[in-house]
Amino acid sequence: MSNYTLKDFKNQLLDGIIFKNPVFMQLLGTCSTLAVTTSVTNAIGMGLSTTAVLIFSNMFISILRNFIPKQIRIASYIVIISGFVTAIQLLIKAYLPSLDKSLGLFIPLIVVNCIILARAESFASKNSVLPSAVDGLSMGLGFTFALVVLSSVREIIGSGKFAGIQILPDSYEPAIIFVLPSGAFLTLGCLIAVMNKIMYVRNKKLAAKKRALDKAAAEAELREIADEYANDMNEQAEEN
Amino acid sequence: MDYLVEILLLMLGAVLVENYIFSKFLGICPFLGVSEKPDTALGMGLAVTFVMTLSSAATWAVYYLILVPFGLEYLETIAFILIIASLVQLIEMFLRKFVPALYGALGIYLPLITTNCAVLGSALLNIQNGYDFIESLAYGFSSALGFTLAIVIFAGVRIRISFAKPPRSFRGTPIALIAAGLIAMAFSGFSGMKF
Repeated sequence: MSNYTLKDFKNQLLDGIIFKNPVFMQLLGTCSTLAVTTSVTNAIGMGLSTTAVLIFSNMFISILRNFIPKQIRIASYIVIISGFVTAIQLLIKAYLPSLDKSLGLFIPLIVVNCIILARAESFASKNSVLPSAVDGLSMGLGFTFALVVLSSVREIIGSGKFAGIQILPDSYEPAIIFVLPSGAFLTLGCLIAVMNKIMYVRNKKLAAKKRALDKAAAEAELREIADEYANDMNEQAEEN
Repeated sequence: MDYLVEILLLMLGAVLVENYIFSKFLGICPFLGVSEKPDTALGMGLAVTFVMTLSSAATWAVYYLILVPFGLEYLETIAFILIIASLVQLIEMFLRKFVPALYGALGIYLPLITTNCAVLGSALLNIQNGYDFIESLAYGFSSALGFTLAIVIFAGVRIRISFAKPPRSFRGTPIALIAAGLIAMAFSGFSGMKF
């Protein structure tokens, strides 16, 4: 923890938001992803409440990681997580009653969102407090990012609105299928395909770059050998 | 008699109209995770049915007999998830000791059920909808049947997909999600039904 640098922070953040994005890359937490993305407002509310729970539960589990016996760790994690979820649920009920109404059942269901348990098990139980908190933040932001992308597509095409504001002209006939359940599956499938395509192209570019570098290195090596050989020949010729 | 009809309609609605996977989005993780083959899908579905029926009964009893009399309703999430986790553990131990054949068939799916949102979701919905004990039991059982129906159909579709050759970036999850979307479209045909 003492040598936690800004570079580690940046890498963790990039990992959570793009390369290990919990929704697009790891396919975790799909239930709430599909259910709440009918509007951008809901998506942001859900994403941020999950982020808050993730940060606190990761920190807490990381603090307690040396005290929790191995055999009952999953049960202990679930109790810790559901404690924070209840706190968030009560806060939302008190201060954002409209959000509470539209998210409904899915606020208590943050407890069984696989992202949180997965991060607790694979990260927070092995790392110290600061990296765990950052991990919670980055994974939560990645989740929020995915929800916002998914919900913008669905809301704009499905009702011609963005975050509740009409942006397409009235003559646009909304494709209601996108706000229906089947639209959620279709949109998520297409978005993951797009993400895969981007990653393929990027990997190809990286591989091409690496090949070019390898080639340059091999050529340099060859030149060196040739130079050495030439030197040897010269020396031999001088000796003769 | 009226009560019986009401229960039957509730069950039919829970299986088809308000299918957990295709209209309520509960239990998507196991739906995508354990639907590679129809027989494993069926095993998962049966294990969920078993746990969900029992957990509906247990959570209803705890809510109305313990939490309400002491004014502790706000603890429902914590209480329910603990009940479900310990129930799953108990069922696992019981089956291993007394019904080894069933344990062999369902055993590997049981630990996964603790984090299945369908189980916690049905427990919370029972309370939210104000069902009585029999209704809760019927609702838990029949929504789990709906889950089983969905996951078995989907596993069959996925076998067909595995022989097809979609574009490279669609291979794997994306094409499975699109297939699920198409099945959901078929299921949305039920949504106009009023019982």
